[in-house]
Amino acid sequence: MPAPIRLRELIRTIRTARTQAEEREMIQKECAAIRSSFREEDNTYRCRNVAKLLYMHMLGYPAHFGQLECLKLIASQKFTDKRIGYLGAMLLLDERQDVHLLMTNCIKNDLNHSTQYVQGLALCTLGCMGSSEMCRDLAGEVEKLLKTSNSYLRKKAALCAVHVIRKVPELMEMFLPATKNLLNEKNHGVLHTSVVLLTEMCERSPDMLAHFRKLVPQLVRILKNLIMSGYSPEHDVSGISDPFLQVRILRLLRILGRNDDDSSEAMNDILAQVATNTETSKNVGNAILYETVLTIMDIKSESGLRVLAINILGRFLLNNDKNIRYVALTSLLKTVQTDHNAVQRHRSTIVDCLKDLDVSIKRRAMELSFALVNGNNIRGMMKELLYFLDSCEPEFKADCASGIFLAAEKYAPSKRWHIDTIMRVLTTAGSYVRDDAVPNLIQLITNSVEMHAYTVQRLYKAILGDYSQQPLVQVAAWCIGEYGDLLVSGQCEEEEPIQVTEDEVLDILESVLISNMSTSVTRGYALTAIMKLSTRFTCTVNRIKKVVSIYGSSIDVELQQRAVEYNALFKKYDHMRSALLERMPVMEKVTTNGPTEIVQTNGETEPAPLETKPPPSGPQPTSQANDLLDLLGGNDITPVIPTAPTSKPASAGGELLDLLGDINLTGAPAAAPAPASVPQISQPPFLLDGLSSQPLFNDIATGIPSITAYSKNGLKIEFTFERSNTNPSVTVITIQASNSTELDMTDFVFQAAVPKTFQLQLLSPSSSIVPAFNTGTITQVIKVLNPQKQQLRMRIKLTYNHKGSAMQDLAEVNNFPPQSWQ
Amino acid sequence: MIKFFLMVNKQGQTRLSKYYEHVEINKRTLLETEVIKSCLSRSSEQCSFIEYKDFKLIYRQYAALFIVVGVNDTENEMAIYEFIHNFVEVLDDYFSRVHNVFNVMLITL
Repeated sequence: MPAPIRLRELIRTIRTARTQAEEREMIQKECAAIRSSFREEDNTYRCRNVAKLLYMHMLGYPAHFGQLECLKLIASQKFTDKRIGYLGAMLLLDERQDVHLLMTNCIKNDLNHSTQYVQGLALCTLGCMGSSEMCRDLAGEVEKLLKTSNSYLRKKAALCAVHVIRKVPELMEMFLPATKNLLNEKNHGVLHTSVVLLTEMCERSPDMLAHFRKLVPQLVRILKNLIMSGYSPEHDVSGISDPFLQVRILRLLRILGRNDDDSSEAMNDILAQVATNTETSKNVGNAILYETVLTIMDIKSESGLRVLAINILGRFLLNNDKNIRYVALTSLLKTVQTDHNAVQRHRSTIVDCLKDLDVSIKRRAMELSFALVNGNNIRGMMKELLYFLDSCEPEFKADCASGIFLAAEKYAPSKRWHIDTIMRVLTTAGSYVRDDAVPNLIQLITNSVEMHAYTVQRLYKAILGDYSQQPLVQVAAWCIGEYGDLLVSGQCEEEEPIQVTEDEVLDILESVLISNMSTSVTRGYALTAIMKLSTRFTCTVNRIKKVVSIYGSSIDVELQQRAVEYNALFKKYDHMRSALLERMPVMEKVTTNGPTEIVQTNGETEPAPLETKPPPSGPQPTSQANDLLDLLGGNDITPVIPTAPTSKPASAGGELLDLLGDINLTGAPAAAPAPASVPQISQPPFLLDGLSSQPLFNDIATGIPSITAYSKNGLKIEFTFERSNTNPSVTVITIQASNSTELDMTDFVFQAAVPKTFQLQLLSPSSSIVPAFNTGTITQVIKVLNPQKQQLRMRIKLTYNHKGSAMQDLAEVNNFPPQSWQ
Repeated sequence: MIKFFLMVNKQGQTRLSKYYEHVEINKRTLLETEVIKSCLSRSSEQCSFIEYKDFKLIYRQYAALFIVVGVNDTENEMAIYEFIHNFVEVLDDYFSRVHNVFNVMLITL
């Protein structure tokens, strides 16, 4: 068997391979040769073979069959063998392999070897891949070596101790006595590793931290010597003496001085000295300054020092070197919360960094700019930020857009400016705007009443050219639907009014509907907008009717449902149409976690609606009722959670509208607010909280007595009450209907109405048949909102079929217990 | 804490790799290719620190060789940048044969 080739040959051969396949072939051939050589137990060439194996492992090829060979090499007496063996162990073995435990004995022997280099090897390997068992066994040896006088061994032992502590934190106390003298060394290698060891101990245990605080003066002294000492060729890097040690000491000082006044005071002088004396022409100096700034910011330093630190960062920002600018921006971001005013001074430089070529710098500058925006500089900053939005990479656009919206909301100087800014964002980065921004914007627009005409005009112009950006189109469609009359009448004061005819408006909305670029949600918006315009426009109602009826057979179920409902509005309920499609009221801002907030409608538009919902007579969903009766105006909550599964709403609730005719305590037409312009916002949060987040039935029943609301002709209806803990104005009433006659009551429908100041929601009943002889009950849940805590009164209407004839009854319930509404 | 230390050439071939935390062998090659891709796409005006997943990458280019060090958040980037250069100087002094090659690189800095 010829002698195996040397490592150098192998590397040269592999480099000549021109393709990946060639390389793989060469490596496989060599692997086979190595494997057969291992099998022959060849001692002389083992180390050469393992070296080659390690190289192949580094290139990414599997080399696990060499693990045992490494162990054999470690056990050998030759230093060259041991060296390769330990290197192989470090690279190929780790805790997961079972073989590694076999090394423990070898390492133990080698730790006590006569030659320091062998001891060093053993320490290195233990510190690199020692498992917790190995560390536990050998920690004693390591600790002994930490106390030896040989500095070569001491530094390696210190690093090994760091690893031991990481693996087995309980052994930390064992190393404590040895650390006493560590900082007295002259040798920088030992000093450096000792500082690392101390840092690790302090980070892991607060007791150690307190213990080592007394070392602060010593550390300060060492640092001072480093700075003051003259040129020392051993440790010089570009004119600065051992910068790596300086940085380490500064970091340890940072950890020690955090939250501790005394230590911080002891450090103040040296930090100021380092900050002023370090040369900044080279990167080395800047690295030290950076670490100093970080330390100053973290400890309890005096204000003069902090100002010094921020000025250093400001100087960094002006530096030509992009690395330094990046580092400065990162640190400023960390400090802007605490030292806001100081950072403001550098605002213009930061804003300039927005135009930098480098992606990392731009991102930092953008984050920092948002943090610096306040009421005074909003206009200037916004100009810069909008310009940035225009030109930045797509990955930034979403964050930038959200940031701009937030800043605009907080500091907008005027409504018009706010709307202009939003428009600008929508047109430049429209497709990157987050989905939840659309409802927010709509709410904002409704709130600025005087700007409606201006807004709708601008939005119209924006989508005339291009309707591919979905959020923009959605907002525009909604506004055109709401304020279309203002658009065609040309009433804008702020801007030159444009002449738009109704047909043109419908054209654009229809093209949005047809376009392939529109998502399903956008189409929904457009269809509803068209529908709303049927009351606002006068001459194009027929066209609208036609459009709506076409979509009645659309493939998209959402569109189809809407179209059919709107169709029904045209056909059967034309008299209702204008009331239903009225202007939306001004919405209160509701946060997304709003089960405890009550949305108040603006009182002047209509009286509090008489909310009644027909319980389905048969498998009829109440969802269309949800859509048509937008209970309390919109808010930005997740989509409708229907109280019953949706199904073909073909026969739109005929019963619904009878009710609105009959039961009418207020004497005014029950003008429900405009129907779901956006189905997403038709479910008010407070009424939903029972369904979604906090089922009210989990709230402890407060022991409110139940009442019998109605008892006649064998039909008894009982009310039981619960109050919500999360929302004290909501009362949940569970009704139970039971039948004591000998025949079932079928098609049972329960309806309720409450006075003007209340709001009511009826959920679907358990069934529509009340079985005879009290064998079962129908349960239904009513939720009543009583914000003014007035006495609860209710009028109920019951219809059912009994003994072959239809029965109907009206009754008033006045005997509500006080605890149910107080 | 340094997570890994790589020397990769412009064609993406790894010349040296040392990992200080265990990474699966097949993931290593993937990591190396991704890292070198992000370093190669940078121009000389851009800064040498990149954010990559949860590491920070600090790289330096010497002629056709990239030296990349991956660190976690607590490290001082500029100190590591200096450290890379220190490493190269040590190699240069220790292996005198590469002196000429590195000499060229050092001059270009």
